[in-house]
Amino acid sequence: MSHFRLLPILVLLTSIVVGGAAWAQDQTPAAATPAGNAGSAASAPAAGGTAKLSDLVNALGAGDPFDFDGRIAAIRALAASGDPHVPAILNALENDQLYTPDGGGDVYLQGGTDDAPTYSDPITGKDETDQIDPDSMVKVKINNNVRSAIDDATNQMTLLSPDRNARLKAAQDMLTDADPKNLDLINKAVAQETDPQVKAAMQAARAEIILKSAAPAAEKQAAIDIIAAQNNQDAISILTAALADAPNELKPDIQKRIDAINTNLQLWSVGENVWFGLSLGSVLLLAAIGLAITFGVMGVINMAHGEMVMLGAYATYTVQQLTNHYASSISDYSLLIAVPVAFLFTGAVGVVIERGLIRWLYGRPLETLLATWGLSLILQQLVRSLFGASNVLVTTPSWMSGAFQLGGISITTNRLWIVGFTIIVFIVLQLVLNRTPLGLQMRAVTQNRRMASAMGIRTPFVDAMTFGLGSGIAGIAGVALSQIDNVSPNLGQNYIIDSFMVVVFGGVGNLWGTLVGALTLGVANKFLEPYAGAVLGKILILVFIILFIQRRPRGLFALKGRAVEQ
Amino acid sequence: MITRFLLRALDRKAIWLIVALVAVSILVPVANLVVPAGNPLHLDAVWVPLLGKYLTWAMLALALDLVWGYCGILSLGHGAFFALGGYAMGMYLMRQIGARGVYANPILPDFMVFLNWKALPWYWYGFDMFWFAAMMVALAPGLLALLFGWFAFRSRVTGVYLSIITQAMTYALLLAFFRNDMGFGGNNGLTDFKDILGFNVQAEATRAALFAVTALFLAAAVLVCSGIVNSKLGNVMIAIRDAESRARFLGYRVDNVKLFAFVVSAIIAGIAGALYVPQVGIINPNEFSPANSIEVVIWTAVGGRGTIIGPILGAILVNAGKSYFTAALPDYWLYALGALFMLTTIFLPQGIVGLVLGRGRKRRAPNNPSGRSEPLPARSAEAEAGEEVGILSPRAAE
Repeated sequence: MSHFRLLPILVLLTSIVVGGAAWAQDQTPAAATPAGNAGSAASAPAAGGTAKLSDLVNALGAGDPFDFDGRIAAIRALAASGDPHVPAILNALENDQLYTPDGGGDVYLQGGTDDAPTYSDPITGKDETDQIDPDSMVKVKINNNVRSAIDDATNQMTLLSPDRNARLKAAQDMLTDADPKNLDLINKAVAQETDPQVKAAMQAARAEIILKSAAPAAEKQAAIDIIAAQNNQDAISILTAALADAPNELKPDIQKRIDAINTNLQLWSVGENVWFGLSLGSVLLLAAIGLAITFGVMGVINMAHGEMVMLGAYATYTVQQLTNHYASSISDYSLLIAVPVAFLFTGAVGVVIERGLIRWLYGRPLETLLATWGLSLILQQLVRSLFGASNVLVTTPSWMSGAFQLGGISITTNRLWIVGFTIIVFIVLQLVLNRTPLGLQMRAVTQNRRMASAMGIRTPFVDAMTFGLGSGIAGIAGVALSQIDNVSPNLGQNYIIDSFMVVVFGGVGNLWGTLVGALTLGVANKFLEPYAGAVLGKILILVFIILFIQRRPRGLFALKGRAVEQ
Repeated sequence: MITRFLLRALDRKAIWLIVALVAVSILVPVANLVVPAGNPLHLDAVWVPLLGKYLTWAMLALALDLVWGYCGILSLGHGAFFALGGYAMGMYLMRQIGARGVYANPILPDFMVFLNWKALPWYWYGFDMFWFAAMMVALAPGLLALLFGWFAFRSRVTGVYLSIITQAMTYALLLAFFRNDMGFGGNNGLTDFKDILGFNVQAEATRAALFAVTALFLAAAVLVCSGIVNSKLGNVMIAIRDAESRARFLGYRVDNVKLFAFVVSAIIAGIAGALYVPQVGIINPNEFSPANSIEVVIWTAVGGRGTIIGPILGAILVNAGKSYFTAALPDYWLYALGALFMLTTIFLPQGIVGLVLGRGRKRRAPNNPSGRSEPLPARSAEAEAGEEVGILSPRAAE
């Protein structure tokens, strides 16, 4: 019955993850497209306006070499053209790379070395060294006033740049280094801006400038609203800086905003811990769920379960090597091939283990534990002999790498995939257990082996299939773990104790127990980590489980009924 | 009463074992120190601490056998008790270094100076005195076993669940002792020992004496274990192993009996650890690793659980094999060990002793350590499930 009560939770979880994934997919192209458009749009006017631009550039070197005011005027005119070449030219001017023939003429960009300079057209970049007498060339002179004009113009150019990403970056730069003298510039930029994200960044920068300037209180109040709406650590530092020299009537309001943002950030950090916990919990669940099946149905403690995970990871590695070698066009999707391969391979190994080893030890769970431990040693050494003792590299496919922001949380894509993958595996497994004849037989054997046998269920067959299924799931877990952990012969050892803890905590014979156990332990671990440190947190979890077992010796979701009560 | 305990303990097998151990405790030091080098009977000095190490492991296996072979509690955490005893002895040996350490601090061990600790933590007080350390060798593992067992047995955690939480216990201790803040030397553990009771631990005479003491302690442990299993209490333990619910229904305080066995076993393991440390010269957190504890189980199983001599034999044989393999064929040791685990559990459930004694033991069905008088198909998730059925069924009369 608990199946139905917990169903809504699962649906919710699924929708969050699937929704999140879809959102992530939407986000990436959305970010790319405007930049691409802006780039192509930028090149169009440049091509038509080159002739006029060259006049503006040549004006830089015109007139008396020490006529700095004229040069500043020329810089402003150049900046006002809004051409994308301008920042580079101004940059060259600031670095003393612009030269003009003594006595007037076109401006050239000097390159090469001092002994053998080259001269090229500053706009097109065309080399014109052979047309120029190097001895006649003089530098276009600048002084501090000109430099200041260049900086302003560069800022203005980038803030007004047709390239969206350049504007965004300029606005963000301004946010970290707000200077009241740029107020006019940013006002102009905000007025022109159409892209909402860039506009928001510009408005934030403008608000910060206003807070630093001697603007009237009402204007500052509006600025505070804008900054506080950002809701991040930067906003706190801006507001804290503003608190000192703000008008007295605004101070309580600023303080209130700071507190509000702090509270909000704490909420996000809780959310982040929950996410990390879910991520860890889903890894635990993947590793433990196969163990839960074999333990639940057969009462067998499979100490070699971790090695099944390890074999799954090595199957992934092998599949990846083979696709790289024979079918490199699909190598980005080798993980998708690895899932069924790992399942079938480790499942087959599991059936062999059951038929060859475990069936001789039924009714002696402690001996099974020892025999499978011995098997795990052999499997580890076997893999060590075949693949070497060091880690092998399983590459992350492009569609699984990267990260994105969800509110205040940074989510890495491979973790998200693993959470989603775990949910899929869990659902499929539930369906297998509850909707297939094999699942029915497995549940019957779990609840009462002798009665099931009396009803004509071939319990040895069910045992072999169960063990194969549990091992196959472990292999699938290995595929997922190969993406976040080192693939080495010791991979399984790192998970076996944690998996036991999950199964023992959650209780056997019910996958929901495993789910709740894994997620609880994962989240609890992540919440303890900031306070107790990673190692102490883990120790506390272990102690907690040891104490918990005293209260409920059969775990959270123990099977009820005559058959299982000793 | 003590006389009666001793008389019961000294059945013929135990007498032979004790006599052999006492003889070894004399012969090995004599062969090493008195017999001149070159004589074929001379024992090289490298062998003495090695054999001593085997004997401490034999003692650990015997301790495990007391709870597993006789009481049905498979502890996968006995290495923890061994290591705790070892750490207690290690702390004494650290304090004996005094100002001779690298940093020449008369009070603080080197690693504390290195970690910039200013004062000795409170739990290190008293370890400069041997009697206190010796007391802690027994108390630390004993108290842990008492606490752990009291919780576990009272709430009737049995079978594989108990095995798993004992494993969790030693794993938690492993993680804890790896931390530098714990004040037990972290990763490196305790080492660089100089003196024990004023004698140089490196000296050949001290090592020979340590070997003799180890052999005598093992003989004492044999006496104690043999006494316990041959007493009335021992019979109750065996009853619990074979049919826990039935023993409880008959009115025995199962929890208390198990707790007693568990604590005695932990103390023996702790003493073994304390004897191990001065002979090996180091104790570090790796002794807590779950794999170590499982290995102890296989020594016991190979030798033959439910017997006194079995675990001693098993520990010595398996470790001799390990010493040989890791030197001669390092890549194959894990194959051999793994195969040993599998083959022993399938083909040799009684171990070597069972193989040698053969049919003689088979008639004594209640002593069958697998807990069944005949092979039955698995009945339920739990080994003991269906015990009530057994009471009513005619088979119960067997």
